[in-house]
Amino acid sequence: METSALTRPSGEIRAGQAGTAEGRLLPLALLLPGIAVLLAVIAFPMLYSLYLSLTNYTLTNARNFHFVGLNQYITLFKDPIFWQAFGRTVLFMTLAVNLEFLIGLGIAQLMAKAIRGRGALRTIMMMPMMFAPILIGFMYKWVFNSEVGLANNILYTLTGRAQIIPWLIQVPLGFISLLIAEVWMSTPFMVIILEAGILSLPTEPFEAAEVDGASGWQKFRMLTLPMIMPFVYTAMAIRSLDLARVYDVIRIMTDGGPGNRTEMIWTYVYRLSFTGHNYALGSAMSYVTVAISFLFTWYLFRNVIKSRWEGRE
Amino acid sequence: MNSELSRRNGRSDRAGRRRYWTDTARDILLYIIILIFFLPVLWVILTSMRPNVEINTRPPVWIPSQLDFDSYKILLGMPTPEGAFALGTQIPFGSYVRNSAAIAVVSTALSLVLGGLAGYTFARFRFRAKNVIFLSMMLGRAVPGVALSLPLFVLFARLGLSDKLLGMIAAYTALNIPFTAWLMDSFFRAIPEELSEAAIIDGCSRWGALIRVDLPLALPGVAASGIFAFLTCWNEFALASVITRTPASRTFPPGLYEFTGSFVTDWRGMTAMSVLMLIPSVIFVALVQRQLVQGLASGAVKG
Repeated sequence: METSALTRPSGEIRAGQAGTAEGRLLPLALLLPGIAVLLAVIAFPMLYSLYLSLTNYTLTNARNFHFVGLNQYITLFKDPIFWQAFGRTVLFMTLAVNLEFLIGLGIAQLMAKAIRGRGALRTIMMMPMMFAPILIGFMYKWVFNSEVGLANNILYTLTGRAQIIPWLIQVPLGFISLLIAEVWMSTPFMVIILEAGILSLPTEPFEAAEVDGASGWQKFRMLTLPMIMPFVYTAMAIRSLDLARVYDVIRIMTDGGPGNRTEMIWTYVYRLSFTGHNYALGSAMSYVTVAISFLFTWYLFRNVIKSRWEGRE
Repeated sequence: MNSELSRRNGRSDRAGRRRYWTDTARDILLYIIILIFFLPVLWVILTSMRPNVEINTRPPVWIPSQLDFDSYKILLGMPTPEGAFALGTQIPFGSYVRNSAAIAVVSTALSLVLGGLAGYTFARFRFRAKNVIFLSMMLGRAVPGVALSLPLFVLFARLGLSDKLLGMIAAYTALNIPFTAWLMDSFFRAIPEELSEAAIIDGCSRWGALIRVDLPLALPGVAASGIFAFLTCWNEFALASVITRTPASRTFPPGLYEFTGSFVTDWRGMTAMSVLMLIPSVIFVALVQRQLVQGLASGAVKG
């Protein structure tokens, strides 16, 4: 921590300009601790699992495994359940991100203009973010319980007749229940980022539009929306990344069942690796999915980076 | 002149009144939406406090007939009436509190320091391969716990870190560094560089300028990153369920699982523990929500 570069007086504080060896090394030195942790805890284990995905390692046969090349990947690509889970996850992501965005934008718009009790409202609004995803899983499993669940109970109270809708079991309903839980859980994050976006807007254009007699919708469409696009983009990028890892809630609510009807990528990976003990196949599947996630991340963040540092370099 | 003035006043009065009513209507709409979002939370809270017989009933009992805190008493180790049904009696609540708190606090602090340093570096230095390094860091966020859990378990077992607080702290710190670095980079970039340059000209060391000038201005960023990191540590399940095997290191989220038996689920116990779990998060969020939103608004997310 006591490198002389840190205590160097003015003039050379921009390491890039300094051009000395020390100046070039300082940023790397500052980044090193964080990178070291990431390498040790994420990169190294992931490389180990890449290696395991090229063997026939299983949890019951953890000693006598040998190299089998790309066999696990070939098995995987022939597996229709994998492709179904993959398609379902992509559909789930797409629907969830867009629903969260639309609902979040609506609430953020109301919240940014709220006069009374904004702090308390925001705290209550953020409660779903504070719930452990696993608890949300248990909670919604219970909400959609066909016998005593909240959803059927509300229908019972409203209609006066007992309703036994098997929410988590019927084909489109299971998916919809998961979607509701996910949207409930993650919309607050959208609200926070988008509300910040709306609050960051300058007031002058809105006053000018008011003078010109623009309607509320016109102001929203022509001013608010284009100006908060960076926030929209950021929020959607983060949510997409998180949704690509969606697991806890689904694991608890349906665990991909019944009979793979709501199977998503990560519940299937878990089933293959731990329940089915075929860890190598599970790793292969993780790898395919993580690779796609990486491409996706790269695509999303390339744009973030472009707008981020280009002005300076 | 006079009539002209009064007419104009009248008009703005009417417009003002209309504005008042539309604002009120909008607030009421917002309250209703928030209430709908809040209903499941309320249901959890009510369930934790109602008599057990009212939990799985048809027709539903909405409002508890009486408040009953047995589940809380069981968790907190207070004497309870004979025969109170609960799986909660076997749950080492005290050690979950200790483990969760230690892991969340230490690893949030660590990821703030390490991620904050990284964010500062990205914001203030130009260096080769910056974009590649930044992107590689972000990839860390794309790796899900399920994929990481077994290799990490094997690694920790070799290092003697499995079922240890230290292992969980390392894992969660790594999970939080990418997002913290990203947010802190945004916040540091929103602070004009001239401020710290001026401080350095005035005789501050670079390190001193960071601590005395940049850091106080980036405090909303620290609050925002801190809350996200804390919530991740406090609520994470996939890794914790594989790495923490015993009460020696087990945290709340895998602990919630213990309320589900093979044939019964102790909903009341589970919801009671969830409510207790929620308290620190609510306090934390209530304290920093304003800084969180204002910080994000002050140009931090842009670009």
